[in-house]
Amino acid sequence: MIITAIALGICAGVFSSAFYKGMANQRIEKVIKTELSHIQVHDPKYRQANDITKFIPDATSLAATIGRDEFVEGVSNRITIFSMIASAETASGVKISGIDPNTEKQVSNLYNKLVEGNYFEEERRNPVLLGRKLADKLKVKIGSKVVLTLQDIDNNITAGAFRIIGIFDTENNIFDESNVFVRDSDIRKLINLPANAGHELAILVDDNENVPAVQSRVKEEFKNLEVLSWTELSPEMSYLNEAMDLFMYIFIIIILFALLFGIINTMLMVVLERVKEIGMLMAIGMNKFRVFMMIVLETVLLSLTGGLLGILLGTLVSKYFETHKIDLSIWGEVYSDLGYDPYVYTSLQPSLLVNVTILVILTGILASLYPAYKALKNDPADALRTE
Amino acid sequence: MHVIEIKDLFKIYNGSHVEVRAVNGIDLSVEEGEFTAIVGPSGSGKTTFLNLLGGLDRPTSGEVIVDGINIWNLRSRKLIDFRLRNIGFVFQAYNLIPVLTAKENVEFIMQLQGRSKQERETRTRELLQQVGLGDRLDSRPAKLSGGQQQRVAVARALASKPKFILADEPTANLDSKSTETLLDIMEKLNKEEKITFIFSTHDARVVRKARRIITIEDGKVLSDETR
Repeated sequence: MIITAIALGICAGVFSSAFYKGMANQRIEKVIKTELSHIQVHDPKYRQANDITKFIPDATSLAATIGRDEFVEGVSNRITIFSMIASAETASGVKISGIDPNTEKQVSNLYNKLVEGNYFEEERRNPVLLGRKLADKLKVKIGSKVVLTLQDIDNNITAGAFRIIGIFDTENNIFDESNVFVRDSDIRKLINLPANAGHELAILVDDNENVPAVQSRVKEEFKNLEVLSWTELSPEMSYLNEAMDLFMYIFIIIILFALLFGIINTMLMVVLERVKEIGMLMAIGMNKFRVFMMIVLETVLLSLTGGLLGILLGTLVSKYFETHKIDLSIWGEVYSDLGYDPYVYTSLQPSLLVNVTILVILTGILASLYPAYKALKNDPADALRTE
Repeated sequence: MHVIEIKDLFKIYNGSHVEVRAVNGIDLSVEEGEFTAIVGPSGSGKTTFLNLLGGLDRPTSGEVIVDGINIWNLRSRKLIDFRLRNIGFVFQAYNLIPVLTAKENVEFIMQLQGRSKQERETRTRELLQQVGLGDRLDSRPAKLSGGQQQRVAVARALASKPKFILADEPTANLDSKSTETLLDIMEKLNKEEKITFIFSTHDARVVRKARRIITIEDGKVLSDETR
C-alpha cells in the first residue's frame, strides 16, 4: 500500500515537473524565436530612450560579418521605432519593426504565425503585418488601410499609409497587440534613415549553449556597440527558467514530505509487529548498529521500490506527452494573455530523475530514524516474552 | 571444568507496592558437557534465571561467570558480542526468521560472526544433517512442522560454536513424537560432541532425559540432583 502511495506521489511529481518545465521551455523558445532572438546588437544609447537617431550606420556589413560565425544561423538588420498606428476607428501605440523579409525568416518564425494573408509575398506598396489582437482592436482586416505616424531622424513628424497584407497570431496577446512589421525599405524612406543603417541586429545561434561564445566574439569585434543576450534583454525569462527548476523541486519535496509520515507509520507498524523477531536477533548477538541499519535499509529499500516505480511511471507518462500535446485551450485566453502557449509538450530533464532518486533515498533514511530508534529500545528479554 | 559459575544471584522486581524476588540468591556451577534441566512450577523463576545466565536480563546483584569472565561486568556492546560467540539460544516459540529458509536461518548467526561463505555453507549443511533436516535446507519456517522448526533452532544455536546452549521450554509447543525426536538429537549432541545444554522445562519426558535436575521454587534452588 505504501509502495503504491510512494509510486503515485513520485509519478505525479515527475510528471508535474516535466509539465512545468515544458511550459517554461516553450515560453522561452517563443521569446527567442518570435520576439528577441538569441542576441541583439544596438548602439549603446539606443535602448535608453528608444532614440531612433542612435542607429548603427553600417549595420548591413556588420550583419554579414557576424553571419560568418560558425554558430550563427542568421542575422537580421531591423529598423525599430516606437510609434502610433491608426485605423478609421481608433489608434494604438506600437513597436514598428522594419525588416528584410528574407533575412528576418532566418531569425524569427513570424512567417509561420500568419493566420490570414501572406508574408510580404506581393509586390504591393507599403504592406504591413499586424497581430490578431491589434487587428481586432483597430477593427481592421486584410486589405484595410492603416496610418503609421512617426518621427523621422530629423525630429519631423511624418506619416505613411500602409495596407494590411497579413495577420499573425503568436498566442502571446501582449506581443500581438503591440507589434507591427513593415518592409525596411518602406520605413527607411519615411524616416530618412541612411542606407545600410539599422537600429537592431537580431542574431539567432544554432544552440542556446553557444550563445555566450558568440556574444563574447561579437562584443570583442564590435567594442563600441551594445551586445546583449536574450537573458539580459529579458531577465524575467531567465528567472522563469530558474524559478521553474526551484518550483519543481519544492513541489517534489512537498510530496516526499507528505509521504515521509506514511513511511514512518508503516515502518513503526513493521517494528511493532516484529518485536519478537528483533528481540531474538538482539538476544543471539546482533548488535545495535546492525539492528539500526537493518531498519534503515529496509525503509530505504521500501522507499526506493516505490520511488523507482514512480519515476518509471512518471517518465513513461512524461515521454508520451513530449510528443502528444496537452491541450489547455479551454483556458487558452488566460495563457495567451500571459504569453504562454495554450498547449504544452512536457520536457523531462534526466538530472531531475537522478535528483528525485537521491531525494527518495534521503526521505527513506529520514523516515527510518524514528522506527529504527524504537527498534533499538527493545529489551530482548521483554521482547521474547511478547505473544 | 566449570563452564558457568553463579554466585549469590538476585533478581528483584519492584512493583508499585510489592517487591517480587524472581531469583532469590542462587549459587551453583555448571560443568562442561552437562545435560541440565531447570524445573519448577510456573512463576518459579526458571525463565528469569535463564535470562540472567544468557546475559539478556541484568541481575539486581550477584555474578554470572562464564570461562572466568563475569558477563555482567561487560559493557553493553561487549556483552552482545559475548552472547554471539559463547551462548546458544533455543526459544519456546522457535523464533526463526520467517522470510529466510532453514539454511539461511542457520547461516545467519555465522554471518554475524563474520565467518567465510564456504565455512558457513559447510557447517550449515552438517548441522541440518545432524538434526535430521538435510533434505529441508531450502524450506521456509512456514513449510516446516513445529518439531522441525525447533530442530532448525537447535542447529542455529549450535552454529555459532557456543560454550553452552540455553533452551527455554524447548518442547512446550511440540507433540510427543516431535519432543522425542528433539530430545534424542539434543542428547546425542551432548554425548557425542560434549555440548553443554541447560534447559528449563516442566515436561516430564525432558526431565527423564536430563542427567542433572535443578529444582527452583520462589527463585531459590530447592534441590540439585545429578544422576
